[in-house]
Amino acid sequence: MTQRTKLFLLNHGPLLTTVAIFLLAYIIGGQLYPAMQKPQVFFNLFINNGSLLIVSIGMTFVILTGGIDLSVASVIALTTVASAVLLQNGLPPLVVMPLMLLMGVAFGAVLGGFIHFLKVQPFVVTLMGSFFARGMAYIISLTSVTIKDPFYNSLALTPIYIPFVPNAYVYSYALVGPMLFLATIYLAFFTRFGRTVYAIGNNEQSARLMGLPVGRTKISVYAFSGFCSALAGIVWSIALLSGYGRYAPSMELDAIASVVMGGTMLTGGVGNVIGTLFGVLINGTIVSLLQFNGTLSSWWTRIGVGALTLVFIGIQSLFYVRRKSVG
Amino acid sequence: MTPHKLLARVRESRLFWPLTALAVILLFDAIFEPGFFKIGIIDDPVYGPHLYGNLIDVLNNGAPLMLVSIGMTLVIATGGVDLSVGAVIAISAAMGAVLINPALGDRLITNDILTADTTNTPLPLIILADLAAGTLCGLWNGFLVSRARIQPMVATLILMVAGRGIAQLITNGQIMTIYYTPYFWFGNGFILGLPVSIYIVAGVALLAWLLVRKTALGLFIESTGVNARAAYYAGLDERNIKLLAYTFCGFTGAIAGLILSSYVHSSDANNIGANYELDAILAVVMGGTLMSGGRFSIVASIIGAIVIWAFTITMYTFGVPADALTAAKAVLVLLVILLYSEFSQRLLGRWGLRKGQRHDPAH
Repeated sequence: MTQRTKLFLLNHGPLLTTVAIFLLAYIIGGQLYPAMQKPQVFFNLFINNGSLLIVSIGMTFVILTGGIDLSVASVIALTTVASAVLLQNGLPPLVVMPLMLLMGVAFGAVLGGFIHFLKVQPFVVTLMGSFFARGMAYIISLTSVTIKDPFYNSLALTPIYIPFVPNAYVYSYALVGPMLFLATIYLAFFTRFGRTVYAIGNNEQSARLMGLPVGRTKISVYAFSGFCSALAGIVWSIALLSGYGRYAPSMELDAIASVVMGGTMLTGGVGNVIGTLFGVLINGTIVSLLQFNGTLSSWWTRIGVGALTLVFIGIQSLFYVRRKSVG
Repeated sequence: MTPHKLLARVRESRLFWPLTALAVILLFDAIFEPGFFKIGIIDDPVYGPHLYGNLIDVLNNGAPLMLVSIGMTLVIATGGVDLSVGAVIAISAAMGAVLINPALGDRLITNDILTADTTNTPLPLIILADLAAGTLCGLWNGFLVSRARIQPMVATLILMVAGRGIAQLITNGQIMTIYYTPYFWFGNGFILGLPVSIYIVAGVALLAWLLVRKTALGLFIESTGVNARAAYYAGLDERNIKLLAYTFCGFTGAIAGLILSSYVHSSDANNIGANYELDAILAVVMGGTLMSGGRFSIVASIIGAIVIWAFTITMYTFGVPADALTAAKAVLVLLVILLYSEFSQRLLGRWGLRKGQRHDPAH
């Protein structure tokens, strides 16, 4: 093996491992349960994990800067309730959606401001944000609110057929995640903002000394995560056509686990959104496998995700040590 | 000692801020809800005569949180954090419930077996198994942090994600109701008119206090938290100190799980001890222990836990729904964060300095 391929493998090892584990899990599933070989099962991963994919993408950027955002799930819940109540009061959907996105951005920016200006640890601040958002959701409505808006209904129920694949479809809201994914690849690799995010994650002090806009970028990253959470909340409210404060319980943990499984280091600076996509797909595949099995209970999802997170942390540190030694 | 120096000493004491917060909440109650302080004696048919009232509720309901915050204090003092305490509570509670009434496999369990006031395991064994399960969880966290060198937040996140799944695995996914009366004593019983749980808290706090203040262990923990590498070079085995802190945190979580499941007569793997990790961190931070580790005070953390529950019970008496309470709690955290942030500390320091200059006779 030449030095170059070795370096390539070491640099992209975690990502390749993630992809390999996803394919392996999927193929084993297909062998065990022939019904899983249908292409629709693959597209269902995007339908069922639309919100998770969106928040995980936002979370990836936050984790890349070395921070963490524990408020994502609560912001989803708050968005579903707020939009359901606003729609019930007769506001048009085209006003409600931008309003929700604006709320998410503002919420994230405030949290980012706390983290940057008051120098409080990210997870304490976002924990507070999580408490606050879920509490607000319950203050708006203690019970589940249904959405009867025709526009939301049509978005929720119109299937879009996949070209070239017979009998496979997704719903329109399932396309939001992949579209955001493509946009964030551009954002991460081809913009100054993306470079700054990686620089901050690698060493905030040096980034500051190099004259990079550390404060602005950190606040924008949390604002972006807030935006993603609100977007995920809109997707969620379309998918379930209702709003409820109890929605998305502990989804922040699933999002963090997906990001870690995607090869992003929680210390920041290493990783990318492509891995996150596969992390989310692995998460979804575990759930699908349990559903196809039928006898295994739902709690195995949590145990499985926990165990896989541990495995990936081990793999990451292994690659990290090796890469350092190869240089 | 001049009055000013005394004032400075009071302000610098770690008990100052949590006690001030408690005083503010109690003052609020005194003004808006004077009935809050009413304490009466009730002759309970099961547990005999005992005190009742909101203040007793604060102590009894707050006991699990106080226990968890004792363990959390030590962990945070070493510069770490334990996010898995809620899951540890669930595991411990599930362990107790399943030993009293095994619901394993697909065996048909009739209603009269389930609701019988009997146990399948003697009570001491149940307690032992509870404590062992929690301590084992703590040991696992400690192992990941100290030996596998994983960041504390991530290492404990793993058990936080998987722990409730494990608890469900233990109870076979059921919400288990407990009908065994002697088990209820821990969360509902009274000794000399005061809740049993308070005595348990006092016992654990005393144990922790003896460990950290009467041996050099407290010093070791603080030096590990301030600078683990320096502690290592100074000849301390910082790995074992971290291991001990996490194990102890698991132990306190286990007792909290025992009390909680005894209090609510059931074990619901998904909901028991929900948000306890957050509340415990809040209590510790309110007690003046820095999240970055170092100096800590167990008593201040316990008072922090009491503040949280005094606040909670106050909100309940004003009819705030439990679910909406989280928003109010967030505002409380916000105030604490603002108070403890570098910014306001600087402001306070400057204020104190100017005052000092004004009072200094030399000028």
